[in-house]
Amino acid sequence: MSESVKNTGLFALVALLIVGTGFVQSWNTALLILNMGLISAIMSLGLNLQWGFAGLFNVGVMGFVALGGLAAVLVSMPPVPEAWAAGGINVLAGLLLGAAVIVAAGLAYNRMAAGRLRVLVMLVILVGGFFAYRGVFDLGVEAVEDVNPAATGYLGGLGLPVLMAWPVGGLLAAGAAWIIGKAALGLRSDYLAIATLGIAEIILAVLKNEDWLARGVKNVNGLPRPVPYEVDLQNDPGFVDRVTGLGFDPVTASSLSVKLGYAALFAVVLIVILLLAQLALNSPWGRMMRAIRDNETAARAMGKDVTRRHLQVFILGSAVCGIAGAMMTTLDGQFIPTSYQPLRFTFLIWVMVIVGGSGNNFGAVLGGFLIWFLWVQVEPMGLWVLQTVTAPLSEGSALKEHLLESAAHMRLLTMGVILLLVLRFSPRGLIPGR
Amino acid sequence: MIDFLNAIVALSNFVLVPAVTYGSQLALGALGVTLIYGILRFSNFAHGDTMAFGTMVTILVTWGLQAGGVSFGPLPTALLALPFGIMACMALVLVTDRLVYRFYRDQKAKPVIFVIVSIGVMFIMNGLVRFIIGPGDQRFADGERFIISARDFKEMTGLREGLALKTTQGITVVTAVIVVALLFWFLNRTRTGKSMRAYSDNEDLALLSGINPDRVVMVTWLIVAALATVAGALYGLDKSFKPFTYFQLLLPVFAAAIVGGLGSPLGAIAGGYVIAFSEVMITYAWKKVLTYLTPEALEPDGLVQLLSTNYKFAVSFVILLIVLLFRPTGLFRGKAV
Repeated sequence: MSESVKNTGLFALVALLIVGTGFVQSWNTALLILNMGLISAIMSLGLNLQWGFAGLFNVGVMGFVALGGLAAVLVSMPPVPEAWAAGGINVLAGLLLGAAVIVAAGLAYNRMAAGRLRVLVMLVILVGGFFAYRGVFDLGVEAVEDVNPAATGYLGGLGLPVLMAWPVGGLLAAGAAWIIGKAALGLRSDYLAIATLGIAEIILAVLKNEDWLARGVKNVNGLPRPVPYEVDLQNDPGFVDRVTGLGFDPVTASSLSVKLGYAALFAVVLIVILLLAQLALNSPWGRMMRAIRDNETAARAMGKDVTRRHLQVFILGSAVCGIAGAMMTTLDGQFIPTSYQPLRFTFLIWVMVIVGGSGNNFGAVLGGFLIWFLWVQVEPMGLWVLQTVTAPLSEGSALKEHLLESAAHMRLLTMGVILLLVLRFSPRGLIPGR
Repeated sequence: MIDFLNAIVALSNFVLVPAVTYGSQLALGALGVTLIYGILRFSNFAHGDTMAFGTMVTILVTWGLQAGGVSFGPLPTALLALPFGIMACMALVLVTDRLVYRFYRDQKAKPVIFVIVSIGVMFIMNGLVRFIIGPGDQRFADGERFIISARDFKEMTGLREGLALKTTQGITVVTAVIVVALLFWFLNRTRTGKSMRAYSDNEDLALLSGINPDRVVMVTWLIVAALATVAGALYGLDKSFKPFTYFQLLLPVFAAAIVGGLGSPLGAIAGGYVIAFSEVMITYAWKKVLTYLTPEALEPDGLVQLLSTNYKFAVSFVILLIVLLFRPTGLFRGKAV
């Protein structure tokens, strides 16, 4: 069996799984899996750029995804003029002051001769700057958060079309990645892993606590949508005529067509990114990245600037994750900082890349779809297994109830087992890279 | 003078005692991470969940003992259950090593492969714990709540500020001291401990001199399981047990191990206290202490809190970055794989 036949077969298998869900469960479920599968595939493409191409151990995917979600809020929500009037200036001035303090401290570090004096000057700048920043910034934050806290209490967004949030999410994540990469990329692989893990937690802490930015744990609901609302479709006589003519119930048809609309948009993004990643992989740049991954010292000896290339690919991969994050928040229609959990948004993406095949873009896409399908379907399957196993137990027995209740946690267990099995028996993944 | 004493007591009550307790818990966790790094040569991402598993068994046995009417007088029943937790955790890590890690050790896989494998183990252990005990919050401390309560302290000394010392805090510190003393005695005085240090320093030389690597690895896992369970149970007694919190402990524990220097047991302990003290001090509202120390006219209006407590992860992380940038091998020279 040739390689391309095997790969096509694998993709066909995943398609079959999703279509099968449509027949067995419902088309709604199938489309939900498809939509999140498309987004997961983009995330795993982003991680594959970093890990598969360049060997960067990034376990901060969650942070970049959350930044993408933030972009969706900042771009698409309408601005809150009262909040801007109350404290917008102070918040902006505070942020600028904070940035200026950091720049000043950096200048002092770079320009002054090493010694006691330099340490002293830096301490004065940092400590004094910190209190000045808090003074200006806290006033603004308080004023902004006091403006109708039940409904707004934040500065709002720009009120632009939500599709624009996708590239902006990428840019935001890229900006964060630039700062992080400057500080952490020189580190060894396990240090980089801990550093990115920590940064993701910090990004989440900021999103949860800075209410002026995106309402923190109060969440932002009702983001604008790039596709029509179901209700509008049901009230549109043209649409109702068309679907009843095809023999569908208008309510089901409207929810299906909205999901299909999302799927089409996501598919376009996925195809564009996949195409670019594939071109990059086969370009001289891609060969250089792989050379660096396989032997850093040799690549450096050949005159390649390893640090710069690492920074570059770290930013690119993070930007892709940010785009996917913005898309996911658009699909959900709401931004919920507490829903970001490292197991789901960092380590699950890792499972996708490893299972799919690190270093191979098609592998990453396949892994994204397959693992997402399993993540969703393991729960009902686990419930079914447990029901069968506990069938002989008497109704209402404590053990039976506990087991059935815990079925939801089967998915973590299953993901771990899948990851370990793939690492053991097919360490290069389903579609191995070169 | 009285004001000064009041300030000291307030400082001890809200900063020193909690920080020493938390630091001891982190130090025990970091010792486990550092031992694995030193001897098995990888960063074990599953360590937080190993702690959770040991603690979970301890909690289950505690409940069993409580139901059977067994108690430990004024001390928490969990201390009686601890040995069972440790044994269960030892069994789990030995099985994991046999089924998972040994294969890669025989292959001499790269450290980064081990890290990815440990992510898989993390998923499984996390799922296992949630499956057995559920994702919710569990409290299992019983017995006396306080060694000295704030009110007793005020009555005893006549000061305005009280110094409360919880039983769990006392137990944490005492247990940590005993465990660390035992560990260092073992590593420095016994034959097996010395062979472990030799293996950590230079694997090839250790093998040449006839040290049995399988035995070293097994003993390491046993010690790590004991340390993880003790650390987890103490943390759970002091605060509460929740699988997700234990997973998140991974970050401060690793920060402690790296700040101290990965592979150095002494560094892990120092790192634990450095991280704990900075977290508590930077997120503490200093108003109370400062009010006693400054003349009335200069009293601060705000809370004088540098960062909100929600940013405590940020603190451990920033310290980690500073140490990595300026002293990449940690405070006590660690090793680099």
